[in-house]
Amino acid sequence: MPVPAVDHTLDEIMNLAAAHFKVPREKLTPDDDFFKTLGIDSLQALDLLTRLEHHFRIELPDYELQGVSDFRTLANRIQARL
Amino acid sequence: MLDLRQYASLGAALQDALERWPNETCLIEADRDREKMRLTYSDFREMARPLCRALEDADFKPGDRAAIIMTNQSKWLISAYSIFFCGGVLVPLDYKLTAAEHLQLLAHSKARFLVVEYYLWRAMTQSPEFPKLTVEIALVTEAPAGADLRGAYRWEEFKRKGEPQFVARQREDTACIVYSSGTGGRPKGCVLTHDSYLEQCTSLTAWYPFWPGVRYLSILPTNHAIDFMVGFIGPFVCGACVVHLRTLRPEFVRDAFVRYRITYVSLVPMVLKNLERALRAKFDEMKPGERWMLDRLIGLNRTLTRRRPRVNISRRLLPQVHKAFGGELLALFVGGAYTDPGTLQFFYDLGIPVACGYGLTEACTVVTLNDLKPFRPDTVGKPLPGSEVRVLNPDGDGIGEVAVRSPAVMSHYLNDPEQTAQTIVEGWLLTGDLGRFDADGQGHLQLVGRRKNMIVTAGGKNIYPEDIEAVFDGLPVKEFCVFAENYLWPQKTLGDEVLVLVARLEQNQQLDDRFFEELVARNRRLADFKRVGGYLLWEKDFPRTASLKIKRGELAAEIGAGAERKSVVEI
Repeated sequence: MPVPAVDHTLDEIMNLAAAHFKVPREKLTPDDDFFKTLGIDSLQALDLLTRLEHHFRIELPDYELQGVSDFRTLANRIQARL
Repeated sequence: MLDLRQYASLGAALQDALERWPNETCLIEADRDREKMRLTYSDFREMARPLCRALEDADFKPGDRAAIIMTNQSKWLISAYSIFFCGGVLVPLDYKLTAAEHLQLLAHSKARFLVVEYYLWRAMTQSPEFPKLTVEIALVTEAPAGADLRGAYRWEEFKRKGEPQFVARQREDTACIVYSSGTGGRPKGCVLTHDSYLEQCTSLTAWYPFWPGVRYLSILPTNHAIDFMVGFIGPFVCGACVVHLRTLRPEFVRDAFVRYRITYVSLVPMVLKNLERALRAKFDEMKPGERWMLDRLIGLNRTLTRRRPRVNISRRLLPQVHKAFGGELLALFVGGAYTDPGTLQFFYDLGIPVACGYGLTEACTVVTLNDLKPFRPDTVGKPLPGSEVRVLNPDGDGIGEVAVRSPAVMSHYLNDPEQTAQTIVEGWLLTGDLGRFDADGQGHLQLVGRRKNMIVTAGGKNIYPEDIEAVFDGLPVKEFCVFAENYLWPQKTLGDEVLVLVARLEQNQQLDDRFFEELVARNRRLADFKRVGGYLLWEKDFPRTASLKIKRGELAAEIGAGAERKSVVEI
């Protein structure tokens, strides 16, 4: 299966985050601090990671979130596992 | 449990524990829904023995310092035991710090040895500061085949055959150096002796005993003082079992309660709140009739447990709730930060006692704890046996700084006699927290605020402004300083603690976009829990010492008197 481009991955992450946390999609940008724009804590961010795992069919260890707070970096971490 | 009065060191007590309960399970390691390892005390000893021998061969000397930077897993405890067995001093570091911070604390602690997980080691090797690494031998766990370990050894291969020689230590010898903060400028390495830990463990288990068959779910980081005590030392010296879960995903944490029929767990307020949220959501999904019945049963349980917990009755009244927690849960421990009394009451009313406590790394683990006789969600409990607590210079409401004297209190801050002298005065540890004793006369302590310039997050992290200021160096202003908002405007409440950056602009400087952009960009370099929540413009030059250091106390008093809390602009 071809690996999607990182921009596509980024877009899917933001779509999913917006839907899951009920935030208007247009309010999210790639360099947003997702803790702040989504209004979530670190446990809810782990919950987002679970959703992303199901969506991309990959397994992401918790530590992949360490030090990550923007969608772009998260997309790069996910992209590396696709 | 072992009679800890008979032991001079943690190593000696743990060594005996491994022989006392050879067939009991001491450790289960699970990752998500997969069980990766299950060890008896005998298995644990067999896994530690070759590591102890290898450390001996590597010239590990009594008093040598060895750091561990790992998430909760079996190799954490096996390594810690081996370090104690060889007479070493353990330096448990927070795995959530950055690589540069790890390197800084390794250098400060003068650790000769390091045990570290591969992904954390990889980050350290990629840091520009890596060439300054002072550790002589690094052991890396779970490294992929073929990975370049930059001179480190694979933990799994670092073993020798033969019987290692136990190294005796005395009670007054250092057991651990635990950093309570200080990655920015002035590390605070709390030096804790074997006596501190053995005394603290005796006190804690007197109120909340462990025994063979008890299962403790370890999800707080083991480097944290609470989990080190109740997720390692306490259960082991009692023949109980520790369950490690290598993920903090809420869904797997919930599953683990059921799968392993957990007896105790320690949580920080943020996790407890998350559990409450999940339970409330479930209750809200119930049909009206079922919900009505649930509310009546909760009310009945509240009445029946008013004086003390009655777990068996609660389990019969609310079986579905208790089944969701595995059916064997005796208590949740919560501490590390302010906990909403409403959350504590919510769980207690369900028949799940939450023992809320108060502690600080400087006091080993815990100073006060709720003994649930009766449950008092508005307090942080009573002083543990062996601990004396005083409220210094109480005001008209009985509020003053909380001071502690106990064998568990640290001996000093590593390499910092000045800070030690300010913190331990005539044998009393000055906590910097403000509190009062409840009027009930039973010794319940209520915390009402902080005297020191710091915040504690809901995740239990202590953040000192001095530690994060370096990130804002170069901000386009004349000068700046970071404060805890409650330090500038003291108030007699806890919770919602935020940091505020106070900036003084250059003469004729106008606030522009560049300031905001730089502020936001620099703030984002910090871990999310360390970020500044707002800023305040100040129109006077900062008071400074002869050596040009900012007089923080004086400045805070000026700001507190000259500005209002509402003038802080949220970032």
